[in-house]
Amino acid sequence: MIDAAVSAGIAIELRDIVKRFPGVVANDGVNLTVRAGSIHAIVGENGAGKSTLMKTLYGAHRPDEGTVTVNGVEQSFKSPRDAIAAGIGMVFQHFQLADNFTVWENIVLGDEPGSWYRIGAASARTKLRELGKRYGLEVNPDALVGDLGVGQKQRVEILKVLYRGAKIIILDEPTAVLVPQEVDELFTSLAELTAGGATAIFISHKLGEVLEHADAITVIRAGRTVGEIADPSTVNAHDLAEMMVGSELPSPETRESTVTDEVALKVSNLSVTVDAIDRLHDVSFTIHRGEVVGIAGVEGNGQSELVEAVLGLESLTSGTVELFGVDITKASTVDRRHAGIGYIPEDRQKDGMVLSFPLWENCALGHQWQAPYGDGHWINRPGALERTEQIIREFDVRTPGSNVPALTLSGGNQQKLIVGREMTSEPKVLIASHPTRGIDVGAQAAIWEVIRRARSLGLGVLLISADLEELIGLSDTLHVMYDGRINATLDPAKVTPKILGTYMTGTAVGAEHG
Amino acid sequence: MVEANETGLLDRLARRFGPNVIAPVFAGVVAILVSSLALLAGGYNPFKAFAEIGKVLWSVDSLVLILNRGAWYYVAGVAVAIGFKMGLFNIGADGQYRLGALFAAYFGAKADLPPVIHVTYIILIAVFVGAMWAAIPGILKVTRGVNEVISTIMLNFIATGISAWLLGNYFRREDGTLLTATKVIPISGRLPSLNRIFSAIGLGLPKGSVLQGYIVIAILVGIGYYVLLFRSRFGFELRVTGQNPAAAKASGVKPKRMILTTIILSGAIAGLIGIGPLLSDSQHLRYSDQFPFTLGFTGLSLALLGRNHPVGIAFAAIVWHAIERGTQPLTSKGYPQEIGRILQGAFLLTAVIVFEVMQRRAQREAVRDAATRAAPRLEGAAP
Repeated sequence: MIDAAVSAGIAIELRDIVKRFPGVVANDGVNLTVRAGSIHAIVGENGAGKSTLMKTLYGAHRPDEGTVTVNGVEQSFKSPRDAIAAGIGMVFQHFQLADNFTVWENIVLGDEPGSWYRIGAASARTKLRELGKRYGLEVNPDALVGDLGVGQKQRVEILKVLYRGAKIIILDEPTAVLVPQEVDELFTSLAELTAGGATAIFISHKLGEVLEHADAITVIRAGRTVGEIADPSTVNAHDLAEMMVGSELPSPETRESTVTDEVALKVSNLSVTVDAIDRLHDVSFTIHRGEVVGIAGVEGNGQSELVEAVLGLESLTSGTVELFGVDITKASTVDRRHAGIGYIPEDRQKDGMVLSFPLWENCALGHQWQAPYGDGHWINRPGALERTEQIIREFDVRTPGSNVPALTLSGGNQQKLIVGREMTSEPKVLIASHPTRGIDVGAQAAIWEVIRRARSLGLGVLLISADLEELIGLSDTLHVMYDGRINATLDPAKVTPKILGTYMTGTAVGAEHG
Repeated sequence: MVEANETGLLDRLARRFGPNVIAPVFAGVVAILVSSLALLAGGYNPFKAFAEIGKVLWSVDSLVLILNRGAWYYVAGVAVAIGFKMGLFNIGADGQYRLGALFAAYFGAKADLPPVIHVTYIILIAVFVGAMWAAIPGILKVTRGVNEVISTIMLNFIATGISAWLLGNYFRREDGTLLTATKVIPISGRLPSLNRIFSAIGLGLPKGSVLQGYIVIAILVGIGYYVLLFRSRFGFELRVTGQNPAAAKASGVKPKRMILTTIILSGAIAGLIGIGPLLSDSQHLRYSDQFPFTLGFTGLSLALLGRNHPVGIAFAAIVWHAIERGTQPLTSKGYPQEIGRILQGAFLLTAVIVFEVMQRRAQREAVRDAATRAAPRLEGAAP
């Protein structure tokens, strides 16, 4: 049996994995076979059970049923430590690095070479350089992690796993945080890794890159394996999408233009300085009724500050904000929201909800002054409950009721609730910050539809997103932010994610008015 | 599969009665066990001790005393809880009520006003002084970022100093005695006892038992606290701020104003604590160096024990003083006086821990439950 597996070159074999786990969908008979030395992609909607499966593989929890076989040996991991010992390492989507430590310090953290009184820095550096050279993952060992870019940080994460002797590397949505150029670099590294005998498993939503880079693909839907594709050249994105969602993949494209001449939101010369650093520098743009204005940019280039400035959460150094011709620069956040600014925050759990509160109280959040949630002094519980029921119905929020705490909802349903509460308050301008981040394809399509509907209803929409397809598909006008400025204005009909990427990294500057 | 067979006795009880009942009962059992062990270690008979305690508590007289003192404690608990509810630690309730009581005692005894107005006047002074004393750490926090825990603790000491100085030099009654105290509040300024109401409905209290009128104020404070917290927009924003300041800010709550309003409100309610002894307790009716102190600190324990909930704090206040009352006479019977403290401490600690553990389990269960109930719709929705 063992010999057969090794000779067949099977690195990982999962058979009939069942995991009953708090979540909308658990694993219910997942099979996965990964050849040694290959790049294996796992695709599926969010909530389909990919992360649960990866956690099983990584030893974060034990499956209720089924077997895990690594290099022909059946394993029962009690902790990630056991998984690492068996040569399996995990690279998380959210980096687990200490910013004020150097690269090598981060890599040895928890597994330091040397003796009890000193850390063997020299041997660590040497080993690190070797690994880097062998797998094409070179990073300066003495650089401070806080100074590194996202792509470099990811390399450090991969090196960390390799350093511990992992031969099988699991990457959870590794490209979600990268710009297109960095994505290419990542896959080049992965190719070198697998050429050197390692095995890479990555989770992704992006079917294009999966088809381009994976040697084999496993598709998971609703906790079950629905497709095992040994040769990706036999399928196209359309097939994969159908397998993933059981129906055709929705696209973010908008239909005919609804842009009017009437100015909905106008920001002029906005500047924000925080702790003597210019976060936002002289930003001006206009959103018309019926127009979606997209803001592209690598995160941390002033997008959050822009949103906060428009909402009145951040004080301006200079500039004005006008809503339908009325200067609201000095208005409070409450007044701005009353005046008709709807807001879908980028971090729903941090800025958009109180997880321990019931759904109806979460619906009142941000609208607690207004009917039907209240009259300014008192909270109108029956009114809020009724509106919440309406939101649950109209926006297809999957929940047992309006009185359960928000933490019982999956991310996609939380987001639908937020979108629903903003839209039912009939805003005139909608600010949507990463509205589909980390949610499943079904919820994503629903939210795209809401944005399209908002546009056709004549709302002005400000869309900030890291999903370039979403930006290009939904926007009527596209601005690129770099280093706190708008460094390009592009026509979404003509631009590709690749070109957008060059503007986002600041390598190309200029306006291409279309 | 995940159900009953994997969960313990506590979980099953919790599902049946809810953590709100189980945690305190469990804590009571643990507290009695711990203090019994302490008694045994000291060579005492725990059975006899608890029989003694039971005997003391089993009387109308004790019940009246527990309710009287419980009312003071309750208001102290609410004063602190309102701050806790938004993540603000008003350790200064103690100084706030003592200073409020001193001013109220002095000006209240001086004034010559008709009954109802006199009482209102005294209460307003206490509330105002408490609120203003609480405003100091509030202003320091919003303008200079001074941590309110530290500033309120320091202001407690300052309040002690100021009140001793004022009492000794300005507010002291001049009647030639050595007693350092303000004048006694005249009848028109006192809160009437509730005895007459009880005899009117045929429940005459034993002679010497006085049910203090302050209990009505405590009940009103409780109702007001509940309505404010769970029915008003301000209370909603306060709770949101306490649970998630970022979400509160994004929904238009002004953090600084919220901090200032809450701490002033907390101080205003703290100002009411001293009204109990001052207007309702025949042993006091004036501010002196005998005036009850550390009620504000008791309030901290009670807010914690009552989980900042208007009903929870009421139970906490009653249990707290029941322990004090029950263990009080033990000393004269030769038992160590610390036994009451051990009971209180063990009770508080166990209740807080058990509740937290149960809350987490209940939360996990809610997630699982919601998932299973919502799941069929998901499956149905996916063609």
